[in-house]
Amino acid sequence: MANMIPISTVTVGSGGAATIDFTGIPQIYTDLLIKVSTRDNLAYSWGQGYIRFNGSITGYDGRQLYGNGSSVTTATGSGNWGTNYALAGRGTGASTTANTFSNGEIYIPNYGGSYYKSYSYDGTAENNATSAMAEIVGGIWSNTAPITSITLLTPSQTWQQYSTATLYGIRKY
Amino acid sequence: MPLPSTMTPIATNTLTSNLASGVITFSNIPQTYTDLVIVAVGQGYTSSSYGNLQVQFNGDTGTNYSSTELKEFAGTASTSRRSTQSYLFATSFLDAGSASLLVGTSIINVMNYANATTYKTTLSRGNLPGFKTELNVGLWRSTAAITSLTLTANDTPINAGASFTLYGIKAA
Repeated sequence: MANMIPISTVTVGSGGAATIDFTGIPQIYTDLLIKVSTRDNLAYSWGQGYIRFNGSITGYDGRQLYGNGSSVTTATGSGNWGTNYALAGRGTGASTTANTFSNGEIYIPNYGGSYYKSYSYDGTAENNATSAMAEIVGGIWSNTAPITSITLLTPSQTWQQYSTATLYGIRKY
Repeated sequence: MPLPSTMTPIATNTLTSNLASGVITFSNIPQTYTDLVIVAVGQGYTSSSYGNLQVQFNGDTGTNYSSTELKEFAGTASTSRRSTQSYLFATSFLDAGSASLLVGTSIINVMNYANATTYKTTLSRGNLPGFKTELNVGLWRSTAAITSLTLTANDTPINAGASFTLYGIKAA
């Protein structure tokens, strides 16, 4: 029996998209895994990448550790990151090398369980320049509801064409 | 096009009551996969913020393990090194004293576990919501194929509801 099952793939078309959405997530798996590769139009050394569960705009927190090629930095959830959505890794942005997209994965264990929902992100936003990004993120959505939908967003920006994300379900039985 | 099945659950253990020993063992591991992945979700029990989740392979209690940790904790990036250990530090493990509804996650990758030629390496991620996020690499200095492994939480008991699953990963 296959135990890592592709549930859905979203690839952004021409014109871009404000969000990448997975809805109606089946409640028949143990964990969820999202393989993500994105680029947005933020004019910076890297782009953005945030996650929202069930459309909720409360209860998020996270911790980030990243290197940019010259220094190692940490950050914790604050402002919108800590309330309206959670960090889910930086994509590449408008100022990074053309045709370059981020590469990362989000692991969400026990997404249908009765505890608060945690997740981790590992990824990179490569850039043929002095500064790029490699990072790990640990996050939490302080809500006991089963996760039935996931939104990947880049606030005030747009996911660029060819950004893509695939949602997998993982069974432990 | 459907993807091939490359991630197969070998065994799982979900605690229905508190586990006083803090020890989870997977034995008779099939030698038919390329890599192993362990996903541990749960919480230990003390009033502190977190303890450790440790691994031993094939019952080896000798000082044959080492690891390097890269972490964010309390807003600071740091690294630490453990060498000549009698266990492999996999990740930190959240304690229930943190908050009753919080659970930590450990994802441990064991590469090329069935070969009988090289020492065994691990790559693991720990996520302790609200406390810490970390990346660890580990080494077991043995050429033996891994046929069993023991996970030990040093803050005990492990609370009921915790789940430990061993997956096998097959190369294409």
